[in-house]
Amino acid sequence: MKSLAVRRAVNVIVTILCGAMVLVAIVPLGSLLWLVVSKGAPGLTPSFFTALPAPVGEPGGGIGNAILGTGMLVGLACLIGLPLGIGAGVFLAERGDGPFGRAVRFTAEIFSGIPSIVIGIAAYGVVVIPMRRFSALAGGLALALLMVPSLARTTEELVRLVPGTLREASLALGIPQWKTSLRIVLRTAAGGILTAALLAIARAAGETAPLLFTSLNNQYWNFRPDLPTASLTVQIFNYAISPYQDWHDKAWSAALVLLLLVGALNLAARYALRRSAAGGQT
Amino acid sequence: MPPPADIAANGAALAEPPQRLPAGAHTGDRLWNALLGVFGGAVLLVVGVIVLELVKVSRPVMAVGATRFLLERDWNPVVDSFGALPFIYGTLVTSTLAIVVALPVSVGLALFLSEMGPPRLRPVVSFAIEILAAIPSVVYGLWGLFVLVPWLRSTVEPFLQSTLGFLPLFQGPTIGLGFLAAGLILAVMILPTVSSVTNEVLKTVPASLREGALALGATRWEAIRIAVLPYARPGILGAAILGLGRALGETMAVTMVIGNSPEIHASLFAAGYSLPAVIANEFAETVTDVHTGALAGLALVLFGISLVLNSLARILVQLVSRGPMRGAAQ
Amino acid sequence: MKKILIAFAALAFAGATARAADTLLVTGAGATFPFPLYSKWFSDYNKKHPDLQFNYQSIGSGGGIKQITGKTVDFGASDAPMTDEQMAKASGIIHIPTVLGAVVVTYNAPMQSLKLTPETLSGIFLGKITKWNDPALAKDNAGVKLPDTAITVAHRSDGSGTTNIFTDYLSKVSPEWKEKVGKGTAVKWPVGLGGKGNEGVTGLVKSTPGAIGYVELAYAKQNKLPTSTLKNQEGVFVQPSLEATSEAAAGVEMPADFRVSITNASGKTAYPIAGFTYLLVYKDQGDKAKGEALVNFLWWAIHEGQTSAAPLDYAPLPKPVAAMVEKTLQSMTVQGKPAQLAATR
Repeated sequence: MKSLAVRRAVNVIVTILCGAMVLVAIVPLGSLLWLVVSKGAPGLTPSFFTALPAPVGEPGGGIGNAILGTGMLVGLACLIGLPLGIGAGVFLAERGDGPFGRAVRFTAEIFSGIPSIVIGIAAYGVVVIPMRRFSALAGGLALALLMVPSLARTTEELVRLVPGTLREASLALGIPQWKTSLRIVLRTAAGGILTAALLAIARAAGETAPLLFTSLNNQYWNFRPDLPTASLTVQIFNYAISPYQDWHDKAWSAALVLLLLVGALNLAARYALRRSAAGGQT
Repeated sequence: MPPPADIAANGAALAEPPQRLPAGAHTGDRLWNALLGVFGGAVLLVVGVIVLELVKVSRPVMAVGATRFLLERDWNPVVDSFGALPFIYGTLVTSTLAIVVALPVSVGLALFLSEMGPPRLRPVVSFAIEILAAIPSVVYGLWGLFVLVPWLRSTVEPFLQSTLGFLPLFQGPTIGLGFLAAGLILAVMILPTVSSVTNEVLKTVPASLREGALALGATRWEAIRIAVLPYARPGILGAAILGLGRALGETMAVTMVIGNSPEIHASLFAAGYSLPAVIANEFAETVTDVHTGALAGLALVLFGISLVLNSLARILVQLVSRGPMRGAAQ
Repeated sequence: MKKILIAFAALAFAGATARAADTLLVTGAGATFPFPLYSKWFSDYNKKHPDLQFNYQSIGSGGGIKQITGKTVDFGASDAPMTDEQMAKASGIIHIPTVLGAVVVTYNAPMQSLKLTPETLSGIFLGKITKWNDPALAKDNAGVKLPDTAITVAHRSDGSGTTNIFTDYLSKVSPEWKEKVGKGTAVKWPVGLGGKGNEGVTGLVKSTPGAIGYVELAYAKQNKLPTSTLKNQEGVFVQPSLEATSEAAAGVEMPADFRVSITNASGKTAYPIAGFTYLLVYKDQGDKAKGEALVNFLWWAIHEGQTSAAPLDYAPLPKPVAAMVEKTLQSMTVQGKPAQLAATR
C-alpha cells in the first residue's frame, strides 16, 4: 500500500490533468470565438447587413439576402418540422405501446441516425426533381427532417414526465381524452418542448450540407419559397473556399452573424427552460 | 351479512351507467387519435421513402456486386468504375483519430465537472462546452481552414515528422490539409457530445459506491478509479461510440480541410476523402446512372455504419443506467 | 412562438405574390471557368433591365450539364461540350459559345517564371516528378533557382470543364496520360489535393507552399498568382494571354453544333491549353417569359457583352464564330414560335 502522501500527490496530479483536459477543450473554443469576433466585427457595417453580394472581383456588397434566406429556410423548417416532430413525440407518448407505436419508435431510432447529407439527397429527389427547380421549400424540408428525430424523442420524454395524476384528474372531471392531452398535458410540457424546439431551430440554422443541392444559392433578394435562396451557411462556405481575401473577410463577418443568431436562439432556449421550471407543476 | 338498506339503495344508484359524455367527445377522441396516427405514420413514411430511394438508386452499382463495391479502391468516373474503399478508409481514419483524441479529453472534462473540479468553476466550464456544441459545422471548417491547417503545416506536422518520422503515420509532405486536420477538427466537434454523455453516465453510478470507497479512506481519485470508473466503463464506451457516430456524419468541416483526394495512404499527413464529403462534392453533377448509384451506395454505407454505431452506443449507455450493481472491487 | 412563425410565413407568402409580378428570376448553374465574366455580365445586364434577374451559381461544368438535363435550372454552363450520350438524355439542347479562355498552370513557389513542356507537365500531374528541383524541370529552366521542396498537385474535386480542357490536352500530348488517366470532366487523378471549383483550386494553390494547379487565367490574374510558360505544338514557349488564346481558335474549323476542342492548336503563338466555354440552352424554350429573356440575353452577350471579356482576360468570339452563333440564336423558338429578338436589346 502506497503512503498517504503519495496517494494524495497522485490525487492532485490527476486533478491537474483534468484541468489540463479542460484547457485542451477550451483553447480551440477561445481561439475560434476570438478570431470570429476580431476578424468578423470590422466588417459589420450597416451595408453588410442590407446589401446584396457584389460581383466577383468588385469590393463591397453584403449578405443581406443570405440573412433573409436563412430566416425563410428556418421559418419553412419550423412550419413543417415542428408539428411533425412534436406530433410524433406526442404519438409515441400516448400511443407508443402498441405494435404500430413500437414500429414508429424503431423507425424514429433509425431516423436519428441518418446523416444530414443523406437527408439533403432525399429532399433533392422528392422536391427539386419533381418541381424542376431548386427552391427554399426543398431546403426547408431538408432542415425540417433534421429537426424531427430529436424533437420527437424529447417531446415523448417530456409528455411522459407529466404526472399521471394530472391526466386522471382531468379525465375524472369529464374532460374528453383529446382535450386532456392537448390542453392539460401538452400545456404542462410546453415549456420543455419550447426549449427543445428552439434548440432544434438553432441546429437547423447552422446546417450547410443539405442546402447545397436543395436551396442552392441566389445572388438576389428572394421572398418566394419556390425559388433558390441564399443562406448564411452556404455563403460562408463559398466565401471560405474562394481565393479572394475580400471574400475571406466577409466569411468571418458572416460567421459572426451566424454565431450571434445561433447564440440568441440558445439563450432563448435557456430562458424558456428556466421559466418553465420556475412556473412549473408541483 | 347483507349491507344495510340505505347503502344498498345507494349501491343501486351507483350501479347505474356512468353519466354520458358530452356528444362529440368520442369524435374528438377519434380525430385526435387519427391525427396522432398520421404523425406516427409520417415518420414511417419519411424513413421508408429515404431508405427505399437509396436502395433503388444504388442498384446499378450493387447489382454488379456489393462486396466488390465496398472493397474496390478505384474511383474512376471516366470508365464508370467506382469503389467505396478510399472513402470508408478516410471516414474511419478521421473518426478514429477524433475519438482517440476526444475520449481522454472528454473523460477528463466529465470528471472535472462531476468530481474533481472546484465547484465554482464547474458552471463556467459547463457553459463553455455548451457553446462548443452550438457552433455550426461550417464555422468550424472556417476556423480549421484558416487557423488549424496553417498551424499544422508550419508547426505541428514538421515537429511530428522530426521526432516520430520513422513511423509511416508521420511521413510525407507536410501540407497541413489531410487526415490529421480533419481528425482534430472532428475531435473538437464531438467533445461536447462525448463529455456530456460521459457526465450523465458518471451521474448514474450509485452514490453509495463512491461514498463507500471514500468512507474506507480512498482519495477522490482512488474512489473514482476503484468504484466509479469500472461501473461506468460500458457507458463511457457507449459515449465514445456515440461520438464516433457523430463524427462519421460530419460533412462541411471535413470537406474543407481533408484535401478531397480519394486515396488510401498510411500517413496522417496525406490528403484523403470521407463518405459525406464526396457525396457533397459530387452529387450535384453525376450524369451517368452508375455514378449516381455509386454515391447512393456510399450514402447507404454511411447510413448503415452510423445506425450500427448509434444502436450499440445506446445499448451500452443503458447497460450502465439500468444494469445490476456490480462489486466495487474488481 | 408558433403564432409568430406562422405569421412570418404568411407574410412571406404574401410578399412573394406581390413581388412575383415585378421581377423575373432566371436561374442557371455550371462552369466556374467563366464565372468572373458571367458574374459581371449578369450584374451589368440587371442594371440595364432591373426587372430581369439572372441567378448564376458556379457549381462546375458537370453540375451545369446535369442540372440542365434534369431541367432544374433554366440554363446550364459548361466548358466541356456535352458528349453524344449526354445530349441524348437532354434532347433539344444546344451549345452557345460565349467566350474563349485559357487554362493556366499556376504555382506557389519562389520562382518568378517557370517553363513547362508536355513531358514535364504530364510528369508532374502523373506523380512522377515530385520535387521542384527535379532534373527534368531544371533542364527547361536553366538559370532559374528551383527549390528543393515537394510539389503538391492541386486538381478539381468536382466535375469540371476546366479539367476536361486540361486532360484533353494531356491526353493529346502524353500517351502515358491517355492510357492511365484519360480525359473527362472528372478523372481519377494519380496524385493531388482536390479543390471545389476554379475558386477552390486557386485557393489551394494560394495557401499551400509548393503547390501547382490548373485554373482559368482570370483566377490566376485576380489573385496575383504566377502563370507558367508552356511549350506549344510548334515548340515555342508561350505565356497565356488574350492573343495567344485567340490564336488557338484561329486555325480550327468550327462545326455546326459548336462542339470543338482547340487544345494543342497549331500556330506559332498559340497557347496550347485553351477552350471555348458554352451556355447550354434548349433550342425550344418552354417558358415564354424566361425564354424571351434568355434569348435576348444571349444576343446581348455575344454583342455588347464581348467588350467586357478582354479586360478580364477572356478572348472574345472570333467573328466567323459569332456570325454562326447569331444564326443559331435566330433559329431558337419560344413555345414553338420564333424568339422575339428586340433590336435595341
